[in-house]
Amino acid sequence: MKKLLILGGGTAGTIMANKMRKDLPREDWEITIVDQFKTHYYQPGFLFIPFGMYKEKDVVKPKGDFFPVGAKVVYSEVDQIDPDKNQVVLKDGVALKYDFLIIATGTKTAPDETPGLMGPLWYNQIFDFYTIEGAVALANFFKTWQGGHLVINIADLPYKCPVAPLEFTFFADAFFAERGLRDKVKISYVTPLSGAFTKPRASQMLGGLLEDKNIEVIPDFYMEKVDNENKKIISYDEQEVPFDCMVSIPVNMGDQMIERSGMGDDLNFVPTNKNTLQHESFDNIFVIGDATNLPTSKAGSVAHFEADILHENLLAAIENRPFTGSFDGHANCYIETGYGKGTLIDFNYDTEPLPGSFPFPGLGPFGLLKESRMNHYGKLLFRWIYWHVLLKGKEMPIDSAMTMAGKKL
Amino acid sequence: MGQTVIAGVSVDLNDEGYLNDPSEWNEDVAGEIAKEEGIELTDKHFEVLHYLRDKHIAGEQLTIRKVGKSGITDIKGLYQLFPGGPLKKSSRIAGIPKPASCV
Ligand SMILES: Cc1cc2nc3c(=O)[nH]c(=O)nc-3n(C[C@H](O)[C@H](O)[C@H](O)COP(=O)(O)OP(=O)(O)OC[C@H]3O[C@@H](n4cnc5c(N)ncnc54)[C@H](O)[C@@H]3O)c2cc1C
Repeated sequence: MKKLLILGGGTAGTIMANKMRKDLPREDWEITIVDQFKTHYYQPGFLFIPFGMYKEKDVVKPKGDFFPVGAKVVYSEVDQIDPDKNQVVLKDGVALKYDFLIIATGTKTAPDETPGLMGPLWYNQIFDFYTIEGAVALANFFKTWQGGHLVINIADLPYKCPVAPLEFTFFADAFFAERGLRDKVKISYVTPLSGAFTKPRASQMLGGLLEDKNIEVIPDFYMEKVDNENKKIISYDEQEVPFDCMVSIPVNMGDQMIERSGMGDDLNFVPTNKNTLQHESFDNIFVIGDATNLPTSKAGSVAHFEADILHENLLAAIENRPFTGSFDGHANCYIETGYGKGTLIDFNYDTEPLPGSFPFPGLGPFGLLKESRMNHYGKLLFRWIYWHVLLKGKEMPIDSAMTMAGKKL
Repeated sequence: MGQTVIAGVSVDLNDEGYLNDPSEWNEDVAGEIAKEEGIELTDKHFEVLHYLRDKHIAGEQLTIRKVGKSGITDIKGLYQLFPGGPLKKSSRIAGIPKPASCV
């Protein structure tokens, strides 16, 4: 019996298990998924929780519901990968052998990397919304907050879902306006980037929206520490921003297991071939989703596009054929802009987000880099698609490779 | 910007003033670009510049955090050496492309 081992049963690991189980005969191939937790969180839903639009129950389902029949599931923490022995050791000491390994352990926030972030103000006046705990705590805080200086800070790059902090900011603007508190809330967006976003056209469009909504942008701010006593954040070059409530996007890192295995970079992301998705050093290891070091967004849509390529390449590797799939860095992100509207960006390694229509040239129904109600519905629809189509590894009407059709240069 | 002569060397610059070809770089070119940025290069600066070039040529992505862990200087030190945008400025002076934020 040959063994395919998948580490991480989140978005990417679940999609891969479903795709591979269809193609690998059960009598020859055992597929095992390892994850430490039994609950699958729909992470894009965390954005809606602080504003009371979703509750915790709207974003959770049992992981087991999405794994394919005929896959073995082990709920345990992975302690270490030992690539020279083709085995993975679990926390309880059990060793699992593999012929092929997929690393899909994602990324998580590491607030303890920033001095003072988890000080006395943590979850009192400093929150995150990248965890369910943080999102729920912030929802409770916002229920009674009477206003002040709201600071949204990004601690470091890269962080997953690069548009989420912007969406949060747009939502906050609308949320406080609807409560008649907007003139009592000053909103500042404090980022290590040189503008609202990285790529020029999207940065211009999103920066324009921030300006229209009277949101201050403080660029090139690289946070060193938090001063809890005086309620301010301080950068490495001694800029200071005071706050009454800070919403932090803490440093994002790969799992410590990657570090323990000696397989990561300085942020525990795994060096991965950006086209084949094969590990840079081990031929029978592949990496997918947020766990990679690829120069594209860490997003569910990216994991989904990568899965098409990895599916193809893993079958090729198993059958000793040359790789046929080549990932282009394709990302596709709906961006909530508040008041029931949204925008959409579609890009890859080489092409920045451009205006136009999607997925059908000239028809849409979604508009690229413009605000519309349709784009907002696209985002809401994404939750249904995520649970029912995406995780199951089913075909979607969007190609994994980015297309220029419908885009305007 | 195209072809420009810096410190007697004809180099190919992009619109933002970064060298298109890192192999056209030498320490004198670095010195001239640094002056434009208002920086007088010291040995410590050069240690950082060579580190950046080595990593870039090895195909590694560079981040402020990574340079801060290089053993040459910490993040605070990097800000003092290249005030303002430390990685953007040091990359330009090192003759390597502007660091891409990959989001
Ligand atoms: C607030 C927010 C909003 C977002 N919005 C969007 C959006 O609008 N669109 C979009 O496309 N994406 C969005 N994303 C990003 C998206 O959720 C992630 O990119 C995606 O889930 C990544 O999938 P993954 O499989 O790589 O990682 P994950 O889904 O995080 O899965 C990793 C799994 O590995 C397990 N694991 C890790 N280490 C170990 C270990 N040592 N032992 C055992 N198990 C382990 C974890 O328990 C987890 O189940 C958002 C994310 C957040 C936080």
